[in-house]
Amino acid sequence: MKKLKSSLTNMLAVLTVIAIVAAGVLASVNAVTAPQIEKINAENLAAGIKAVMGSDDIKVSEPWEVDAFTAYDINDKQGNLLGKAVVTTENGFGGPIKVLVGFDTEGKILGYTVLEHAETPGLGAKAGEWFQDKIIGMNPGVNNFTVSKDGGEVDAITASTITSRAFLRAIQNAYDKIIAGQDVTSGASQQASAADMGTPEVIE
Amino acid sequence: MNNFKVLVNGIIKENPTFVLLLGMCPTLGTTSSAINGMSMGLATMCVLIVSNFIIALIKKLIPDAVRIPSYIVVIASLVTVLQMVIKAYAPEIDKSLGLFIPLIVVNCIILGRAESFAAKNGAIASIFDGIGIGLGFTIALTCLGAVRELLGTGAIFGVTLWGENYGMLMFVLAPGAFLALGYLIVLFNKLTKKA
Amino acid sequence: MDYVLSLVLIIIVAIFVNNVVLAQFLGICPFLGVSKKVDTASGMGMAVTAVLVVATIVTYLLQVYVLNAFGLEYLQTIAFILVIAALVQMIEIILKKTMPALYQALGVFLPLITTNCCILGVAILVIQKDYDLLEGIVYALSTGIGFLLAMVLFAGLREQLDLVDVPKAFRGVPIALVTASLLAMAFMGFSGVDGGLKILFGL
Repeated sequence: MKKLKSSLTNMLAVLTVIAIVAAGVLASVNAVTAPQIEKINAENLAAGIKAVMGSDDIKVSEPWEVDAFTAYDINDKQGNLLGKAVVTTENGFGGPIKVLVGFDTEGKILGYTVLEHAETPGLGAKAGEWFQDKIIGMNPGVNNFTVSKDGGEVDAITASTITSRAFLRAIQNAYDKIIAGQDVTSGASQQASAADMGTPEVIE
Repeated sequence: MNNFKVLVNGIIKENPTFVLLLGMCPTLGTTSSAINGMSMGLATMCVLIVSNFIIALIKKLIPDAVRIPSYIVVIASLVTVLQMVIKAYAPEIDKSLGLFIPLIVVNCIILGRAESFAAKNGAIASIFDGIGIGLGFTIALTCLGAVRELLGTGAIFGVTLWGENYGMLMFVLAPGAFLALGYLIVLFNKLTKKA
Repeated sequence: MDYVLSLVLIIIVAIFVNNVVLAQFLGICPFLGVSKKVDTASGMGMAVTAVLVVATIVTYLLQVYVLNAFGLEYLQTIAFILVIAALVQMIEIILKKTMPALYQALGVFLPLITTNCCILGVAILVIQKDYDLLEGIVYALSTGIGFLLAMVLFAGLREQLDLVDVPKAFRGVPIALVTASLLAMAFMGFSGVDGGLKILFGL
């Protein structure tokens, strides 16, 4: 077969065909993967909430939003309020650190998990495990919730003070806004906004 | 040139990283650990093999004047497919490679091989060229990632080899990327050309 | 006022703290390829800066008014790269016709810019970071300035290197990479500056 000549009709026809085929392929792959991506995000969030609340038998409310925070009211199966799970973000060393943290009704930390971060591997990236045995059980409203370098009660990650400060601040902010201020803003009913945790979020 | 030679050629003689010095952005940007480097290498290899294959098949149908834009559309579609698949089935990889996945489009290795190999050779040979160059790239990125991870954090593929408290931060950060790549190229030159 | 300060912060972070080449590893190919002489390096830097700003404006509008509007976000990569390629061609033609002097200076670099990943990278980052149009333009411009700065500094160092006796295996790219490493280390001195400024600006 001979190579096609570079005539205007040929060029336009070829480019159009390629573009249409490409768009068709992408649209069909997207149709397959988009629900899967949403499912993964939803599953991750559900698993994360169970993990940070330390319990499997929970009912999670619709999300509600205050400023940049997304909060979920957590009830047990009988409908008793267990506490709240909050998604909170703060700028760390390499970029935003997004933390999901669970509080009981008093504001005591039940658990946390780092959802997204861009911290240095081997250093700031250790935040996911480092604080597990350090801050769980603490209450940002009672304890001095800063790193020991700043006179607080939490040991910072070795050589990653900036990450540690940002991480603690993220949780402190979540406490201040959602737990301490709950008289004003609580209530899934008023705030049942379209906090769409399902959409895939591209991180840096 | 038989297919085996094409394969070896890509790994050693025309190693994209150490010899051709192509695709430097992902090489430096994603190799903060061995596993990241390897994922990036494999992702690039997938795109390269398929793009080489498709371009070798359709090259006769494409007029010369619109060659480059056509190739770019093919490559960009493949990258987008890969991006969606990774997001859906391997979200961890998506998190660690981030921006560098869409940037595979502008990785000069892929357009370069389309122009210099796939546009001149048959479909099967082009697949082998894709595998060879892709492997060369993957090996280089894995080596670089392993060196940086080992020197930077004392671990390799996440397995700690020495002290938990060891850390030479610089190798995980930007300066270490340039430095480690520089020394690896020197080593590669020594081994292959006896410079 | 806060908005102005946040723009100032974007500028400082993009030029020094998160330098596009030395911290984010975007645009390494021209950084290593056309940095042997200071004047070619600065020419390349300026060409990239110009294309960055124009490309960011166009891709931003494309994202907001076409891709988002019709739910076609998944076509982002393919649409952006085509727009960038077409833009570079157009800028080349326009420059040639209207400003031959400038074309003489920048022309040779333009075709290389399409595959410069910092253009596509910045276009995507502007969308990811949720900037508005003005912030996007400021970010693109200062990223370009950061690129120009890194290029010129690096070319200056490499001009000096020509006068030095370098071990044979290091000649060419390896010694350039070692030099780049030292330059990147110098730029690490800026890390954390953004945090301080944020507090200073009360953001």
